Amino acid sequence: MNLQSTAADETFRKEVATWMQKHLVGKYTSLKYRGGPGDEEADPAMRKEWERELAAGQWTCVGWPADAGGRGLSIEQQVIFHEEYARAGGPGRMGHIGEGLLGPALIKFGSEAQKKEFLPGIVAGTTFWAQGYSEPGAGSDLANVQTKCWQEADGSWRVSGQKIWTSLAHESEWIFVLARCEPGSKGNKGLAFLLMPLNQPGIEIRGIRQLGGGCEFNEVFFDSATAQANHIVGAPGDGWKVAMGLLEAERGVSTLGQQMHFTHELDLVIAAARATGKDKNPQVRQRIANAWCGLRVMRYNALRMLSGDSTTLQREAIIGKYYWSNWHRDLGKLAVDVLGPLADVPSDDPAIRPLQQLFFFSRADTIYAGTNEIQLNLIAERGLGMPREPRPAA
Amino acid sequence: MIRDAAENFLADVSDSAAVRKAMASERGYDESVWQRIASELGWCGIAVPEEHGGLGLGAVEIALVQEQIGRRLLCAPFFSTVCLAANILKEVGSNAAQKQYLSSLAEGGLRATLPLPSDVAGWSAAAANVVATRESGHWRIQGVVDRVPDAANAELLLIFANTSEGLGLFAVPADSNGMQILTAEPWDTTRRFSRVIMDLMLPADARVDEPIRSAGFARSLALARLYVAAEQLGAAQQCLDLTVAYTATRKQFGRVVGSFQAVKHRCAEMMVKIEALRSAVYGAAAQAAGDASIDVLATECMMARALAGDALFYCAGEAIQLHGGVGFTWEYDPQLYFKRAQASSHWLGDSDALREQIAETLFSSAVHA
Ligand SMILES: Cc1cc2nc3c(=O)[nH]c(=O)nc-3n(C[C@H](O)[C@H](O)[C@H](O)COP(=O)(O)OP(=O)(O)OC[C@H]3O[C@@H](n4cnc5c(N)ncnc54)[C@H](O)[C@@H]3O)c2cc1C
Repeated sequence: MNLQSTAADETFRKEVATWMQKHLVGKYTSLKYRGGPGDEEADPAMRKEWERELAAGQWTCVGWPADAGGRGLSIEQQVIFHEEYARAGGPGRMGHIGEGLLGPALIKFGSEAQKKEFLPGIVAGTTFWAQGYSEPGAGSDLANVQTKCWQEADGSWRVSGQKIWTSLAHESEWIFVLARCEPGSKGNKGLAFLLMPLNQPGIEIRGIRQLGGGCEFNEVFFDSATAQANHIVGAPGDGWKVAMGLLEAERGVSTLGQQMHFTHELDLVIAAARATGKDKNPQVRQRIANAWCGLRVMRYNALRMLSGDSTTLQREAIIGKYYWSNWHRDLGKLAVDVLGPLADVPSDDPAIRPLQQLFFFSRADTIYAGTNEIQLNLIAERGLGMPREPRPAA
Repeated sequence: MIRDAAENFLADVSDSAAVRKAMASERGYDESVWQRIASELGWCGIAVPEEHGGLGLGAVEIALVQEQIGRRLLCAPFFSTVCLAANILKEVGSNAAQKQYLSSLAEGGLRATLPLPSDVAGWSAAAANVVATRESGHWRIQGVVDRVPDAANAELLLIFANTSEGLGLFAVPADSNGMQILTAEPWDTTRRFSRVIMDLMLPADARVDEPIRSAGFARSLALARLYVAAEQLGAAQQCLDLTVAYTATRKQFGRVVGSFQAVKHRCAEMMVKIEALRSAVYGAAAQAAGDASIDVLATECMMARALAGDALFYCAGEAIQLHGGVGFTWEYDPQLYFKRAQASSHWLGDSDALREQIAETLFSSAVHA
């Protein structure tokens, strides 16, 4: 494990920090530490403007290769970017689904024409995407999607069915959809991966209220909605492959930079403990020390990932999502226990509001991107080689 | 490389049968294995500087070896000689003392030890009941110290004592007049501890610490914690490996029990704790090998040690449970790890005490989380 960073990396770190200091000012000041999961309703319009500010500085899609419009940063520098972004209080990224999920999938599986059409809008911070995977009957068992699609005589596609839990669909222009193109097919066979504009007659979006009160995700209904003939990624029947490639990205680098944000949250908890006098409580002290240990573990996990050869899924990578999501959820409970009754009333106090948000939203961390139980299945099967869960024959 | 060599060698010489044989023996370890470790493998000199005949490597390499040693519960005076005695002499020893002892420690020709208190305060707690006074050009050492590992086999004991100028470290030959070494057989016979009662006279040069290197006390304490943690990591890994192997063959309800999700998830939880611990141990080891300040290193090693104690106990308990009835027998190995887990849970402080120290650092300093 290498703890030393190169001089070039340190120069780069300063460059990011300086840029953030110069640009996260003026009308953007109110966005500091805002947005992100559980706080997506914080001034989305201004946060979209911020995306364009980032784009002007070439700070979007920093990990994409240069020929795709990205900055082509090494993994080390991507992590540095995410760290400095979070350290400066950079707002939750409105564009993360396009940048982190769809873009990489298009770069890997898309046609030249598709890359040309869609990548620039993501890089420029002008086109926002939603992820249309989950359905009422297909959550953990994603391969069970039932939304249908079929091709018309002119080659265009029609889609009918329902997606659910679609984050930020109401703030997005486009959605990528996993749908069944071979009638009667089962499981991960016979699926197609389609790109669709959300603003069209065959699509209806209805918000779903979350336990924290906000409406960050939606139901999306498709009634013979249209996708252009050239807007299928991969061949009909290849949808699963594309969808899975994209989930790997979801579980990859993007989480490495989040630790800086976690550190900030733990700092808030420590400050709250001082303010409420709970810093004298032995149990609270134990839990805070434990949280700190977890932060160090995540840091070293990330460094192990960076120093290993990245072609094989390593053990520390397999446990990563389970570890951070449960750590975060525990921190959420610790935060409100430290606040006591102060946590019970919705607050605008910057020392309290983020901790309330943490408490509520961290309950979702162990559900999306593979629930705890699915993660444990993966760890047992891929990490320990234990027998696979019985699966219905496809 | 060193890791693979250790893994292969120990799988060979320290399998379950060998460990049990060593446990039942009077000395508690197999001298021929110890000789091979010392002469063939050169592990005793891993972190000893080259000028004293060692390999000049450091904490990372010792941690790698300790992990494999813990995995196999190797019975040998390696921990006491290398992780404790050579470690502290390197960090606080005077030039003369280093010259006198380090090369024979590196060769494995000298078995040495020092106390391993359960108090989180560390070395100073080991000196609580020992006083050193100057008497006509000699040192007089009087007092009692508990919990000295491998003392019955050591040729040299390093004893912490209170002097009029504070903490001092003294080299006491095991055959000194006026020393009594009382060893009780513990549940975990893979590592035996003694109580040492002293009223003895030592020559003036018996004090081995160099006052201007006194910061080395804290550093050697941190490293000792790290080495205990690495050993606990290996032991926890073995609990998981044993459990995965057993549940892959044991059948109930017409299928191997390892195919039940309840069992899989518990093994997965073990793996999560173990991999988290592995990150912590090797992260702290990298800090030790780098240029971390003593305050940072101390806290990092407390973290690794606290996580390791908890993870090992968790995994040992799960290993017993997931083995069913055979897990409760003498014959199967989980019991060995369970006993080590409890015994080692308080070496250099238990997890609660270590966490309290970490909390104190977080709250008292201006340092960020
Ligand atoms: C905040 C949030 C945002 C989201 N955003 C999106 C989005 O943008 N786009 C999108 O497509 N989806 C999104 N999702 C959906 C998310 O991917 C699903 O919720 C998740 O995959 C779980 O599916 P489910 O809700 O149907 O739960 P279910 O799969 O019904 O699970 C219910 C319970 O059963 C357990 N379970 C299921 N299968 C097994 C098994 N084999 N073994 C053991 N236990 C099992 C689960 O772990 C869980 O505890 C979002 C979810 C949340 C909470």
